[in-house]
Amino acid sequence: MLNLLGIDNPLELAVIIVGSFILAPVFGMLYRGIDRKLVARMQGRIGPPIIQPFRDIRKLLMKENIIPDGAIQWLFTAAPFIALIASALLLLYIPLFGRGALLGGTGDAILVLYLLIIPSLAFVLGGFASSSPYATVGAQREMVLMMSYEFPLAVVIVTLASRIGLVTNANPFMLATIAANPIWNLVGPLGIVGALILVFTLIVVTIGEAAKVPFDIAEAETEIAGGLLVEYSGRNLSLFYLADIIKAFAMVSLVVALFFPYNLSPLVGIGIPVLAGIVDGLFFLIKVFVVMFLSITLIRTAMARFKISQVSYIYIIAMTLIALVGSILIGIDLLVF
Amino acid sequence: MTVGETRKATYTIPIGPIHPALKEPVRLDLTIDGEEVVGVDVALGHVHRGIEWLGMHRNNPIQSLYLAERICGICNVCHPFAFAMAVEQAAGITPPERAEYIRTIIAEMERIHSHLLWAGVAAHEIGFDTIFYLAWRVREDIMDVMEYVTGNRITKGMFQIGGVRRDITAEQLPRIRQSLEYYKSIFGQLKRVFLDDRTIRMRTKNVGILKREDALKLLTCGPTGRASGVAKDVRQDQAYAAYADLDIKAITPDILTGTVVGDVYDRIIVRLLEVKQSIEIIEQCIEKMPSGPILAQPKTAALLNALTKAEGEGIGRAEAPRGEVIHYVRLEAGRETVSTWKVRAPTYTNLMAMPTLLIGGQIADVPIAFASIDPCFSCTNRAVIVDRKTNKKFLLTDKELRELSIEKTRKLKC
Repeated sequence: MLNLLGIDNPLELAVIIVGSFILAPVFGMLYRGIDRKLVARMQGRIGPPIIQPFRDIRKLLMKENIIPDGAIQWLFTAAPFIALIASALLLLYIPLFGRGALLGGTGDAILVLYLLIIPSLAFVLGGFASSSPYATVGAQREMVLMMSYEFPLAVVIVTLASRIGLVTNANPFMLATIAANPIWNLVGPLGIVGALILVFTLIVVTIGEAAKVPFDIAEAETEIAGGLLVEYSGRNLSLFYLADIIKAFAMVSLVVALFFPYNLSPLVGIGIPVLAGIVDGLFFLIKVFVVMFLSITLIRTAMARFKISQVSYIYIIAMTLIALVGSILIGIDLLVF
Repeated sequence: MTVGETRKATYTIPIGPIHPALKEPVRLDLTIDGEEVVGVDVALGHVHRGIEWLGMHRNNPIQSLYLAERICGICNVCHPFAFAMAVEQAAGITPPERAEYIRTIIAEMERIHSHLLWAGVAAHEIGFDTIFYLAWRVREDIMDVMEYVTGNRITKGMFQIGGVRRDITAEQLPRIRQSLEYYKSIFGQLKRVFLDDRTIRMRTKNVGILKREDALKLLTCGPTGRASGVAKDVRQDQAYAAYADLDIKAITPDILTGTVVGDVYDRIIVRLLEVKQSIEIIEQCIEKMPSGPILAQPKTAALLNALTKAEGEGIGRAEAPRGEVIHYVRLEAGRETVSTWKVRAPTYTNLMAMPTLLIGGQIADVPIAFASIDPCFSCTNRAVIVDRKTNKKFLLTDKELRELSIEKTRKLKC
């Protein structure tokens, strides 16, 4: 069994399991708290304490779990579980804390792409099942949003994999392969510009995946009163809340895994495994924080919410074109150098 | 359904009476096709408080003045302003000139605070919370000045029939000037934030368009009408208080952009420029303010006595931050209360434009288009018709209302 996972050392396995299922959600929540605090400071508010997300979940778990009369009961209750399980599965396939992913040997970036859709689908199911007009509108919007950002996201991953596939015989879609051959080491100056454009695309997609302003159309408080989640309360809402946090953390980790897979310990020459693990883990947290700050925190402070037509336009036309420009630049770079 | 006929799958979304986009209870029934709004019905009557009835049956006119102040929390100057003018006209009282200037200054302070408050709400409606906090933080300064001058941030109790209750003294002027300077210094920044920001433009340009013809037909007033190119402003057309001494021009968006579109963006322009205009008006008022008494009749008992004896009717018109507010008052000799009191707040007419504003837009446009007329429902709710036997509320159609009006006019004639 252990060999199937490709890891021989039970201690390391234990470390990765703890990292995936305990540390990742905990840091996800901590980062959500930091995000809220930073946004508040930038808006001139004091903001909630950093541990507020933990308190929110505790509070939600104590509250009554209401299922509306008109709802499809089993689907309404199942949706939060599906969302949370799918989000947690993501953590198995994405390298975290500078280590390989737990099931990294069995699933590649394409699988991650599909897994990323499932939590959103669960949100949509829950929305439609709750029989509220606001939730229905929210669910429709979430579907449009999902279909919109998949395309630029796919362009980014395919470009990256096809470029890396040229230099290695391993499956280029494996996140471990991508980590072993960082794109920045393979390309010349033109390719670096292209890769930067791809990073930008991925960051914009991350905001959509995390459903934050300006792409929070599915929840849009002032328009559809919370949209998808309007009928959810208590335990079910806390599951969605947790799923949302884990998905955002996983998405940001994916950006890190695709473009910034560097570890600190080989660079500074730390040989002791435990110490190296701690250093790499902290370095990973810093990388995640920087990406999260740039993609989620900063942009949601500085923008207004888009309309659904504008969101589709931005992702399907503008961001896809930008991503294609990035991949063409990488292609030209290959021909020139 | 016959062949070739298609049925649109529309559904209804209720916005309100309680909804995050609304600051006051009202219900909008939106008929939606996909994301497009195809039908709008506005249902009022959620905040009916019987204020006119209280004024006509329980309170004496001076008490009603403070009740008028509480018709709306934000327009807490223009309502007593219009009411005081109406009673003064009915009773033949002329307020002293200095009082007129103080009234004007307070009214313009109210306009600055109200427009900034609106700017924050509008930003929140499009999900731009940073601007919401910024606008409300900027608004705090004028709130502080109002508290400094009148003693209160919101309901100021500044008005009295025949004048004002508190003077603006010479030592208060530097603080007022300091605040005006502050607003002048940040005006460029505010303009940049609201008019040049890309996402704000994306969300407000060509949204909630009200054409000039429609604006005239639907009797829109205030900034909503002016943004559609109807250059009407009570301060300009029927100058009251100190406005007659000042040079006031109704602000239309073409001053800045050269064209009138009548969309939400134009309404932002009008309100922003009006903030600047208000600053200039206050400055002029401070400069020109004559000395003298601030009350025509300082003794309240004597004033009440005179009002009880007075007979006549009066109309007070004031330009509220949202548009024209009208108070009609009739006094009968020997009656302690006013015998008739009718309030018409600006939202009452501006609300008629709502279907025109919303139909054809998306659901996402509804909050900002709705907020763009700066609606105020506590002012607007006028009457609820209840069948006493069955306790059921119902509405009158325009036909029934017209017949009732004709009947009433006949009764008045005989």
